[in-house]
Amino acid sequence: MTKQEPVSALRPQRKMRDGIHVAKVSLAHGGGGKAMRDLIDDVFVAAFDNPALAPLEDQARFGLADLAKHGDRLAFTSDSFVVEPLEFPGGDIGKLAICGTVNDLAVGGAKPLYLSCSVIIEEGLDVGFLRKIARSMAETASAAGVAIVTGDTKVVTRGACDKLFINTAGIGIIRSALDLGAHRAEAGDAILVNGLLGDHGAAILAARGDLRLDTMIQSDCAPLNGLIDTLIEACPQVKFMRDATRGGLATVLNEIAEASGVGIEIDERRTPLREEVKGFCEILGLDPLYLANEGKIVVVVPGHLAETARAAMSSHPLGRDSAMIGHVTEGPAGRVVMQTHFGGKRIVDMLVGEQLPRIC
Amino acid sequence: MQYVDEFRDPEKAASLIAAINDLTKTLALHRDHPLHIMEVCGGHTHAIFRYGIANMLPPEIEFVHGPGCPVCVLPMGRVDDCVAIAETPGVIFTTFGDAMRVPGSKKSLLQAKADGADIRMVYSPLDALELARANPTREVVFFGLGFETTMPSTAFTVLQASAEGLMNFSLFCNHITIIPTMRAILESPELRLDGFLGPGHVSMVIGTRVYDFIAEQYKKPLVVAGFEPLDVLQSVWLVLKQIAEGRCEIENQYGRIAPPDGNKAALSAVEQVFELREFFEWRGLGSIDHSGVRMREAYARFDAERKFAMPSLKIEDPKACECGDVLKGLIKPWQCKVFGTACTPQTPLGALMVSSEGACAAYYQYGDLEGLRDKRHADAA
Repeated sequence: MTKQEPVSALRPQRKMRDGIHVAKVSLAHGGGGKAMRDLIDDVFVAAFDNPALAPLEDQARFGLADLAKHGDRLAFTSDSFVVEPLEFPGGDIGKLAICGTVNDLAVGGAKPLYLSCSVIIEEGLDVGFLRKIARSMAETASAAGVAIVTGDTKVVTRGACDKLFINTAGIGIIRSALDLGAHRAEAGDAILVNGLLGDHGAAILAARGDLRLDTMIQSDCAPLNGLIDTLIEACPQVKFMRDATRGGLATVLNEIAEASGVGIEIDERRTPLREEVKGFCEILGLDPLYLANEGKIVVVVPGHLAETARAAMSSHPLGRDSAMIGHVTEGPAGRVVMQTHFGGKRIVDMLVGEQLPRIC
Repeated sequence: MQYVDEFRDPEKAASLIAAINDLTKTLALHRDHPLHIMEVCGGHTHAIFRYGIANMLPPEIEFVHGPGCPVCVLPMGRVDDCVAIAETPGVIFTTFGDAMRVPGSKKSLLQAKADGADIRMVYSPLDALELARANPTREVVFFGLGFETTMPSTAFTVLQASAEGLMNFSLFCNHITIIPTMRAILESPELRLDGFLGPGHVSMVIGTRVYDFIAEQYKKPLVVAGFEPLDVLQSVWLVLKQIAEGRCEIENQYGRIAPPDGNKAALSAVEQVFELREFFEWRGLGSIDHSGVRMREAYARFDAERKFAMPSLKIEDPKACECGDVLKGLIKPWQCKVFGTACTPQTPLGALMVSSEGACAAYYQYGDLEGLRDKRHADAA
């Protein structure tokens, strides 16, 4: 891909400040003075290292003509990340913060270009850990081909936040002629996913440690814009995509059924789940259809293009286990039904609150 | 999943359903009302809905969802007591997850947590013990609830706390016992049951011989059943077979887990720590004699009921709520006046809407809501 240089890259470079030599972040680092500039330079500017960020103006600046080369509409999104624990098998809060926003842009058919990164730090956080998270963000951003071009740092007193909160906002450009929307599903359309479901939710629950369950399950956290490029190229008729994050597959299917006024029927036998995730859910009385994903999308395409879309997704490393899991029906409107492996049918409704593990 | 998928085999299911259909046809010739089979345990209710079993069976078979969801039968006054303990300064209140949303008369534990009480979800009473060790200056209270299934782990936890001499751990005991409860159901004058699916996990602890009186005195067939879909189907078939052959016996479909005499070590720990209460209040069912346990005098220092001042009030269920009639199998969840309108999983009035094992929540989550509403209108007309 061709990286475009933001306008601010033309400005003279600012001299980097000295690194910081204390082990923990303190309120002084949020005070707006030298300590704060040191922290920003040492941790964030050093890791993100790009010409748009380096001048540390109050905003990043872009030439409209350059943006317009990618398409005809701007996509703009924002997401906050408050995950506990901050590091988990398969990722950390930094990687998550990049993937989440990149994916939110990409599923709208946009090419993700620039991200912001605002952090809220609880005093006492280890500076080395913060550097590690910033590096993780930088690596993920580079893998996704996006640049972190502006940001903000706040430090709050102990107890006012839980160690580290990150907000990322992002802008991308939507390709001309693409029209994606949850309202566009029609009877006969096919529903696809790009792989095994529920890994992220299970990995996070297991990583919290209070379950005392040792698992090998890793978060599926990944930027999906590459996979989505491949899909759109092979199947520009795609009607809708959404990343199945909080609330999992079940929630996205219900959103589609409601927005389009259609029914959806999925087949449990075709729904890809890892054996470990199935076992994990079995033990805790959870339903994997509601577990969060951070690297999975639900895709709606016209029925006759199901195999074209599946083959394209499968050709990408992040879509190897892609599957067509069901189809759109006439209705009743808003109803999602699953044909169970066992031969019965059950309704897959929206979840009310959080899934709570059952007593016995 | 090995050892699980075998119990979800669609081909075996099809042959069991064919056998059930045959038996039902024969039985239906001599009857003018459906066959009512009560699944005592909430785990069975959940399995029946999750796998769509009810829709696979002939319409002449109706499941009556029994009282075996411990969260569902917890009376409001007890939830108020939990909130009062949890809001006592210095307390860390620990509970199983699905008790968090049960409505009290003023608030649920989830709301109390939002109001600032230190309430933590645990997965085992031993987690509560760990918290007590880690927080010696705080009083850690574990909310013990459930039938004989969870009673032994609570008993072992108290014994462990006693062995370690932990002074800052206590148990708020709300454990209940299955046998007096089943007897109360069998004594109900409105009883319309043809047989039982017996609770599998409870029987793993108490064994299967304890149900003999149900066959001998009350002449009802009971099959102790496992929780996988094939377990449930086979158990239904066994109940029907008994009815067809004019037998009333206690059979054990769940022999791989539930031994006839139960688990001796578990039972002796329970016996050591707990004693029967004279009576215990159930939501919807009222007071049932000897249906709950409390801690013996010897373990008084771990007993939250003796340590904390609690309102201990008997709070009437909301008038509109018909959980009791649903629990007794007199009406179906969707026949309740407030089902799906004033009472939903978002804003549960009655406890059956709270837990995923509650019959109403299961109907709401997995059932055909519009179909049920139409049915209700047809009933009313």
